[in-house]
Amino acid sequence: MNAPANIETRQLLNGNHAVAWGVRLAKPDVTPVYPITPQTPILEKLIEFQSEGKFAAELLTPESEHSAMAACIAASATGARVFTATSSQGLLLMHELLHFAAGARAPIVMFNVNRTPASPWGFWPDQIDSLSQRDTGWVQLYSESPQDSLDTVIQAFRIAEGSMLPVMINHDAFYVSHSVEPVSVPAPGLIDEFLPRVERPMQLDTGAGQSLGAPIGQASWNRTRREMAAAMETVPGLTEAAASGWRAMTGRGGGVLEAYRMTGAEVVVLTMGSMAGTARDAVDRLRDEGIAAGLLKLRLFRPFPADELRAALAGVPCTIVLDRNYSPGMGGVLHQEAKAALYGTVGAPRMHGLLAGVGGVNVDVATIARLVRDYRNADPSPDAVWVE
Amino acid sequence: MNEVKKIDYADDGQFCSGHVACAGCAEALAMRVILNSVGQNAVGVVSPSCSAVILGGHPLSSARIPFLHGTLESAAASASGIKRALRAQGKDDTTVLCFAGDGGTYDIGLQALSSAAERNEDILYVCFDNEGYMNTGGQKSSSTPSGAVTGSTPLGKATQKKNLIEILAAHRIPYIATVSPSHLNDMAAKMDKAKAIRGTKVIIVLIPCLPGWGVADHAAVSTARLAVESGVFPLLEIEDGLRTRMHPEHKIRPIDAYLAQQKRYRHLSEADRAALQAEVDANWARLSAQAAL
Repeated sequence: MNAPANIETRQLLNGNHAVAWGVRLAKPDVTPVYPITPQTPILEKLIEFQSEGKFAAELLTPESEHSAMAACIAASATGARVFTATSSQGLLLMHELLHFAAGARAPIVMFNVNRTPASPWGFWPDQIDSLSQRDTGWVQLYSESPQDSLDTVIQAFRIAEGSMLPVMINHDAFYVSHSVEPVSVPAPGLIDEFLPRVERPMQLDTGAGQSLGAPIGQASWNRTRREMAAAMETVPGLTEAAASGWRAMTGRGGGVLEAYRMTGAEVVVLTMGSMAGTARDAVDRLRDEGIAAGLLKLRLFRPFPADELRAALAGVPCTIVLDRNYSPGMGGVLHQEAKAALYGTVGAPRMHGLLAGVGGVNVDVATIARLVRDYRNADPSPDAVWVE
Repeated sequence: MNEVKKIDYADDGQFCSGHVACAGCAEALAMRVILNSVGQNAVGVVSPSCSAVILGGHPLSSARIPFLHGTLESAAASASGIKRALRAQGKDDTTVLCFAGDGGTYDIGLQALSSAAERNEDILYVCFDNEGYMNTGGQKSSSTPSGAVTGSTPLGKATQKKNLIEILAAHRIPYIATVSPSHLNDMAAKMDKAKAIRGTKVIIVLIPCLPGWGVADHAAVSTARLAVESGVFPLLEIEDGLRTRMHPEHKIRPIDAYLAQQKRYRHLSEADRAALQAEVDANWARLSAQAAL
């Protein structure tokens, strides 16, 4: 389902280079960025584009991710379009400023490569770095593949500038960041049309003596969070609109939640990131065996698309959540969120939360198929289960 | 009593009345001179500090230029982001100004400041140095001088004030200056000079803190003057990290009168005061030699 060749070109790209291509097409004004494995190829590719005269953004290379995000927020406050990228420790170092960016309503787009946080040191795909930032006020999207990452980073600017909320897109370390596949790269003119410049309501402008972020009273602070809540409510719609615009242009991509072989499904795998690609093959294998399996790939994690999930799982008897992350003392984060979204709804499915692939452990097609066979008729447990 | 002389400098109303500085605080005076020097075509960043308080809570502001109230450790990084964003939007002539305290400069903000200086970002960074975390009730920072009592050094600080000027000079940034609210013409002239230079400029303003140092409400400016006249706080300029300029004629008295105006030094013994005097003299001699090069 690729668009005609005159609109897109096909290139062999890894996930990170696909992101860099998306960013080049989105034309940010400012890009403060700090290197960290396995995000660095994004930075390197952007600098390569710049040295070729193909990427005009002001590139800032500060001493830390903390300063990179501080520069992002300040640049965004002047009305500039801003991009940055990070991973794991870098994202965690930014934590203070993630809250700040969302509170300042800065529509920054950031790419995060999901990687295990220390200690101990590891460089493996695991989503707890970004999932532990879920309460900071950032929109979070998860990508499955290099193509998905390119498509999503461009759509993310539409979502950010439409909601005045910062958007973080995530893909798994190495499984996506360094895996090479043929990627369709849209022509620049297409993206200029898809991403028009948006006039901002609140900017740091020399013409106006108004300040940003100055101390306020309790009631006013409270109101900022209500305004963020209202903005968050617009995000699923903005995500769907961006996705359908993208589909009309390129023929590719899903919205908030991607359904695969859900017709008549009696057991549904719910997951996100690269695991979704493996689960798709597992669903095919199970269907071949006569098991009515389906897949829901959660693309938008924050705001959590509770309504869409309830609708997608209506009448489904059993759901198996695969979490490549672990929140110590509670379990998988997607499992927690899905349970919370479905609790109290009539006819909610039995749900199993499986901790599969924590720390980047490989979860192959055969493993997912076996887990579905094992758990589809098992009694549900409210707690997460470690599985091999 | 000294003769009171009226100081003449341009005031375009960039700093408004009604601000909430402590009565008698010299920081408001310095901000007035600095903001008027900077003018209207400017965007500011302010770290949590006394200057953020003086600038005021939303929706009021005592400055006529916009300020981003950023995080404590990132003033220089935030200013870099603003400068680059304005440049990308064709507004490179706008001055980007930082206001930070010594905590946000010598301590938690040093990493970001060092990085901005290394990149020679085109920003004008002003540190209001009151030698401690005075906005949180008076704890020591790395700018607190030896011997001074603070909330976290009840027996007097055992180590010296961090030499930020030499750290910055080592970055070879185009301009570093120290200024004092006791010498407003000098302050305005240095601000005008800094504003015209491209690259990273850092201005350190000595601010005697009335409650933090234990100074009488009317004595902020005279305490700052004594700091200059005793050589505790030399007024200097360093260009490109190499060329130092100062005023040999400023040092006209021992530190005794300076110390006597402050409660934070009240506990010092004769020997302690002599040691402090020796430290000040040695620093002055070293700077004088540097300026003579």
